[in-house]
Amino acid sequence: MTDSPSYDANRWRRFDDWDNRPLRQDQFAVEDPENGFSAFAGAADPRPGLTILGGQVTEMDGVPAEEFDMIDAFIATYHIDPHIAEEAMAIPSSDLARMLVDMNVPRTALTRLARGLTPAKLAEAVAQLNAMEIAFAYSKMRARKTPGNQAHVTNAKDDPLQLAADAAIAVALGFDEIETTMRVARNSWSNALACCVGSAVGRAGTLFQCSSEEAEELEIGMAGFTSYAETVSVYGTESAFIDGDDTPWSKAWLAAAYASRGIKMRCTSGAAAELLMGFHEAKSLLYLEARCLCLQRGMGSQGTQNGGIDGAPLASSIPGGVREIMAENLIAVWLDLECASGNDARHSESDMRVAAKVLPYLIGGSDLICSGFGSILKYDNSFNPSSFNGEELEEFLVLQRDFEADGGLTSVEDARALDLRRRAIDALSFVLNDLGLATATTAMKRSVAVASGSNDTDSFAPRDVALISDKIRANAVDVLDVIRSLHRGGFTEEAENLLFLIKLRVSGDYLQTSAIVRDGHVISAINDPNDYSGPGSGYRLTDQRREELVAIRDVLNREEVLRAEAVSEMSEAKSIRYQSMGPATPGTTAHEIVVGVSPGFGSKIFRTLAGHRLSAVLRALETGIERGGGTMRLVRFWHTADTSFLGLSAACLSGSGLGIGLQSKGTAVIHQKDRLPHNNLELFSNAPITTLEHYEQLGFNATVYAGDALPEPVVVPTRGEALGARFHARVALTYAIETAMTEDNSAPEDLKITFLEQST
Amino acid sequence: MTDKLHAKDYPIAETRPERVLGQRGKPLASLTLEAVMDGDVGMEDLRITPQALLQQAQIAKSVGRTALAGNLERAAEMTGIPQAEVMQIYELLRPGRTKSKQELLDTAQRIRSNHKADLLASFIEEAAEFYEKRGLFRKRY
Repeated sequence: MTDSPSYDANRWRRFDDWDNRPLRQDQFAVEDPENGFSAFAGAADPRPGLTILGGQVTEMDGVPAEEFDMIDAFIATYHIDPHIAEEAMAIPSSDLARMLVDMNVPRTALTRLARGLTPAKLAEAVAQLNAMEIAFAYSKMRARKTPGNQAHVTNAKDDPLQLAADAAIAVALGFDEIETTMRVARNSWSNALACCVGSAVGRAGTLFQCSSEEAEELEIGMAGFTSYAETVSVYGTESAFIDGDDTPWSKAWLAAAYASRGIKMRCTSGAAAELLMGFHEAKSLLYLEARCLCLQRGMGSQGTQNGGIDGAPLASSIPGGVREIMAENLIAVWLDLECASGNDARHSESDMRVAAKVLPYLIGGSDLICSGFGSILKYDNSFNPSSFNGEELEEFLVLQRDFEADGGLTSVEDARALDLRRRAIDALSFVLNDLGLATATTAMKRSVAVASGSNDTDSFAPRDVALISDKIRANAVDVLDVIRSLHRGGFTEEAENLLFLIKLRVSGDYLQTSAIVRDGHVISAINDPNDYSGPGSGYRLTDQRREELVAIRDVLNREEVLRAEAVSEMSEAKSIRYQSMGPATPGTTAHEIVVGVSPGFGSKIFRTLAGHRLSAVLRALETGIERGGGTMRLVRFWHTADTSFLGLSAACLSGSGLGIGLQSKGTAVIHQKDRLPHNNLELFSNAPITTLEHYEQLGFNATVYAGDALPEPVVVPTRGEALGARFHARVALTYAIETAMTEDNSAPEDLKITFLEQST
Repeated sequence: MTDKLHAKDYPIAETRPERVLGQRGKPLASLTLEAVMDGDVGMEDLRITPQALLQQAQIAKSVGRTALAGNLERAAEMTGIPQAEVMQIYELLRPGRTKSKQELLDTAQRIRSNHKADLLASFIEEAAEFYEKRGLFRKRY
């Protein structure tokens, strides 16, 4: 160091580094059960208990019937099955916990018992499981065998063209459900129509919801634009419920209303909602969630959106909060509810915390792994950023491939993505124009087709959208109008797809637990029940599905490596000529440094991993050696492609006893005869970041060692790149090409090189 | 309805299509794109019927989902109640919307006589009891 640094800091500077990590933007809260900050052990959590007299619940979890609040009353009336309760409540919680992770206890035996368990008992049982056990139990207990996923499709402008294009992409990616919402409430009808058309592009059967005010959401559903809803929120304390402007009865009424209109519905609840609303009653997150979930089952909801949800960031600020989120999801599936398992509202600024949280759901499967995976960019997500967003979508695809786990998604090839976007935009533009709602210009359509997000579009402005939305409602446009319009515009396939979706409501098949549509068929917990009973059972990838998961873009193979080398070969042919001079023999001159190269050097492989042409590397080595007063002799070895052995073999042939081993990929070593193979003098193991200057200095240093002196070793500085991740696939393929060329006991040969041009 | 349906009859649209009719009696097979273009299909033909909901309730019950079946049975009654009335009753059931339980009891009586909605009527009456007990008939805004 030239300037004199200050060492006055009063703390270890690593803390400064840590302060600058995204993680440190997360807020963490101390455990404080009295004030509701407890994941599993609230100050006022009751002990489990149940008394039934004459078929009536007279006491539940320590509260006598006459003191029941509305939630207790509803649970006692509609959730507790008095025929099962006595048997179920008599089982110790520790036994129930063991049954949950016992692959020999069938799921159905446990869902039966759950009908007789109180909230406190359910909570007490799952609380005994560690995170691993919860994940396993969740995987065993979830209702439908085939896992699925849900996307958010929204944008910052409520631009219908972009909604249609992004909906089509979400469908192509394999999402079973897509959910939209608005920046401006009155745009709901426009958003609904746009996503509805977009989701009909490419394939039929993707369920769609438009999250808005209750009455309006149901109206939009009745117009046929949407096929499901999940905004029926419930809470675990009476005060929070009333603050949410509902009661268990009003929510149950709404649940029946959706079913009566043939619309799939699930409730929503998640840890810490009550804490956020200020009505936690000093009870733990888990106990309150157990109440919410018993309530939802009692209401006859087929499922729940559950697992933190909007409260996930707050739940995660508490010790054990993420384990609690997993535990509440486990209660949901134990209660035989479809579970759209959260993993939506991003609970952390740390990508690591986010990935760690989603992993159990990815490998264990879930009805809907995310109940809002942001298929659009973060800033376009009108719900707030999700755990995974448009930015991180490929990471999710790769995680699926890494773990051979079905997260419900499939890669979309880029040419196809653009085709789908254009098709969706054209279809919607036609409908908007045909129904007299709006006219999209060619420029608008073109800008949206290629846009990654709404910052890049030149399309409808929010005010235009409000007018479109108002007209849809005022003109009472319904899905049949849209189907007819699509058909008039020649979008017959999309018209058929929309008709297929709307016909689902006639039979009501998708009102059963965990229903989605795959390949034109409704599958649910009825006809695709999770039958996990140990290895080889439950959900397994088919060969075809595995192929889809594996097919991410830009994967390297041997042909690709050889193709790239063939391109380099042409430019190298103009730079250098190698000429074999026959078998190499031990040298006699004391200033000679032998550079030993691998079998494919300059004949099959032409560039190092850093991209240097091999001619340039040789030139640099020669410059360095000559600067040190030595001469370079180039020898090709055929018996090995290993750096150390190349170096040692070169040293043994060298008149100075010093040799340099050089692999085609750029890894280099200085070696000296009489040393052990792996005990070299200097090694450049990080070929991808080794510069020509480093090679030159390596050549120079070899001459210093030859003079029996100690040079300053060359240090190749690294910035901590994950070089293995970046290069090892190519390294392995390149190296295999060279090792395949080796021949045991084959003699080395002297190479004469002629540099054909000066530039490197 | 004749025989009760079970899990093996699911999905009904595929295994028992003859038992799936729209609200005006049209079978699924007649709901084609051509029929839509010819104006032969209206939104009413795409409405679920009480029969369809009760069939789904039977299937839910056959696999032990009695609570879900209960909701589908309430929904079956609700198919006959006009949308505006469904939403008006929902509004009444929200906290503090009525000053006394009588308004809820009257509503229950009305849908019982007008729509033969016994389950829903009892449900509202039950709510009225608990609302009174928990002091929910208080003004909120």
